[in-house]
Amino acid sequence: MSTTLQHLVDQPYQHGFVTDIESDVAPKGLSEETIRLISAKKHEPGWLLELRLDAYRKWLTMDEPQWPNVKYPKIDFQSISYYSAPKPKKTLGSMDEVDPELLRTFEKLGVPMNERAKLAGVAVDVIFDSVSVATTYKAKLAEVGIIFCSISEAVRDHPELVRKYLGSVVPVGDNYYAALNSAVFTDGSFCFIPKGVKCPMDLSTYFRINTENSGQFERTLIVAEEGASVSYLEGCTAPKFDTNQLHAAVVELVALDNADIKYSTVQNWYAGDENGLGGIYNFVTKRGLCKGVNSRISWTQVETGSAITWKYPSCILRGENSVGEFYSVALTNHHQQADTGTKMVHLGKNTRSTIVSKGISAGRSNNSYRGLVRIAPTAAGARNYSQCDSMLIGEQCGANTFPYIQVSNPSAKVEHEASTSKIGEDQLFYFAQRGIGAEEAVSMIINGFCKDVFQQLPMEFAVEATKLLGLKLEGSVG
Amino acid sequence: MIYQDSRTLLAVRDLRASVNGIEILKGMNLTVRSGEVHAIMGPNGSGKSTFAKVLAGHPSYAVSGGEVLFDGSDLLGLAAEARARAGVFLGFQYPIEIPGVANSQFLRLAYNTIQAERGEDELDPLEFDDLVREKMKSLEMNPEFLARSVNEGFSGGEKKRNEILQMALLEPKLAILDETDSGLDIDALRIVAGGVNQLSGKDNAIVLVTHYQRLLNYIVPDYVHVMEAGRILKTGGKELALELEARGYDWVAADSKANASLSA
Repeated sequence: MSTTLQHLVDQPYQHGFVTDIESDVAPKGLSEETIRLISAKKHEPGWLLELRLDAYRKWLTMDEPQWPNVKYPKIDFQSISYYSAPKPKKTLGSMDEVDPELLRTFEKLGVPMNERAKLAGVAVDVIFDSVSVATTYKAKLAEVGIIFCSISEAVRDHPELVRKYLGSVVPVGDNYYAALNSAVFTDGSFCFIPKGVKCPMDLSTYFRINTENSGQFERTLIVAEEGASVSYLEGCTAPKFDTNQLHAAVVELVALDNADIKYSTVQNWYAGDENGLGGIYNFVTKRGLCKGVNSRISWTQVETGSAITWKYPSCILRGENSVGEFYSVALTNHHQQADTGTKMVHLGKNTRSTIVSKGISAGRSNNSYRGLVRIAPTAAGARNYSQCDSMLIGEQCGANTFPYIQVSNPSAKVEHEASTSKIGEDQLFYFAQRGIGAEEAVSMIINGFCKDVFQQLPMEFAVEATKLLGLKLEGSVG
Repeated sequence: MIYQDSRTLLAVRDLRASVNGIEILKGMNLTVRSGEVHAIMGPNGSGKSTFAKVLAGHPSYAVSGGEVLFDGSDLLGLAAEARARAGVFLGFQYPIEIPGVANSQFLRLAYNTIQAERGEDELDPLEFDDLVREKMKSLEMNPEFLARSVNEGFSGGEKKRNEILQMALLEPKLAILDETDSGLDIDALRIVAGGVNQLSGKDNAIVLVTHYQRLLNYIVPDYVHVMEAGRILKTGGKELALELEARGYDWVAADSKANASLSA
């Protein structure tokens, strides 16, 4: 690869600072004792401890998945600390009580909080390591009956709702990492939109991993009742450490009749340095259940970070006429590896799904799309359209597409399109010869390539995503 | 056309350049004055396209000697985009496809970049649309090419027309057209040549790199140069092109050798 391209894809990580806050960290290692400790620290009801222990026992019998197209040394689950909370842990009533060091961290991250939050009209539930620090706008949302809080608070204040839906989309023994998460999750977000309510603002959670050697296992549960709708934004960053950190989250979405959930993610976890040292292992299970008729769940993700990404936001289309969507941009650089895609499981009649996946590989990275479209015998008239495009920047990266299509109903229609393109020296020279510099050229090509996905993002997020891709790929042109 | 009060636009002195460690240009000399049209001819592998790319600043080519002055200033020290902004235009032999980037968007960005460099007004999408449609009309191009991705799925002739469209928009001081005639049928050749002739004026110059004499029926050169093994062996008027058409290239090299041994 030429020096120009090398520089272009060579941009240092912007969020790699550590906040010096005293943390309450559990001893390393995983056992029933650890789980009982977490549950006790959080004053959880007995049913939740049972759920955790059930998950843990299932996890013990499971093997780490070997099928993804990624390589990494075996994870020692006994060397991870499963609980880390910033001190002091007293309940916070207002932003003034939040540790100022923490607030400065969010300022550096550019998280809209305080006045900025109000101006931006965004409610932010901030997850710092594993404990939700502040939930803004809670009162305003409560007026229309929306519950938006940390999952710990939800367990305390709305146990019947949490108990009804937690694990209903991703069962505790679903897969290796989901089982681990179910056993040890320490916090996350809960969102409940009651019947007929259209959430008046975008809800946003900002995740950040701060402590070295701590795994982050957050849990998100979003329920939209009949006719309700919500747009949920999730952003992720982590500081730089030379060791790898595990992030194994579970996100569950439930949409009842005529409900609409839009879930957007901009993920910028630390990806490791240019030699592949450090970075987050992002092993995440995200799944939505279109339980009711005419319901819709839409996943939009812009994945730019993590050393390894293993993530397949999925839709189970059970309700008749329900709609599942997956729009994804996954960018990998240096030694990053991504194996990401979606699953669309069509169970109900006339269910429809759309998959648009854009993979961008640079450096020595490896980027795989893996997707399943399954049409069950019951899904008469189901339709799917999939489009998987890959773009290669430079000579040393890789892109793969693994589409799985299983059709068991003859009236279904399934379409799959795929393409591979490349940004090469000659393309950049063509731009340069018309006076356009390499940074602008790459940005124009990438934005053109990702257009179909960016259009799906809420506006502020689209701007952030465009900038983020720019940061990741542009740099001093030499 | 040769003007009395012309100025030197391009001065190439003993230019040497290589690609992948192999020297291709071995002492190129060429002077182009404003208003002039030059044709560079020569057999395959003589270094014509390399010369065009080296002038435009292609990163794969390393200059190992000589100098190039453009409008009185050093050209070789400038990055490719700076050369373009200074007014050097290369019409590509094989224009590259850029999927996902609309032609209109690309053309406008290029146009506004050059306008900004010249201290002139940039155009918004609507104003630019008027301008580009007018230029396309004169090149008999279908406006639907604006909405398509740059060169993607264009036929060979359409790509070449798109190159000339860019030249017409950017109005460069020096246009180097690398085999713009190859792959064109007679009608397309006439249209493309018309576009080139329209641009050609007192203040700018055109260098045509071509294999064949037929383009020169439409664009009449002031000088014809024959390249062989990385340098210019012979320079003449437009009649030289006809002679080359009739006799081929071998005699030029033979003559040159004979001259060299005479003078030795």
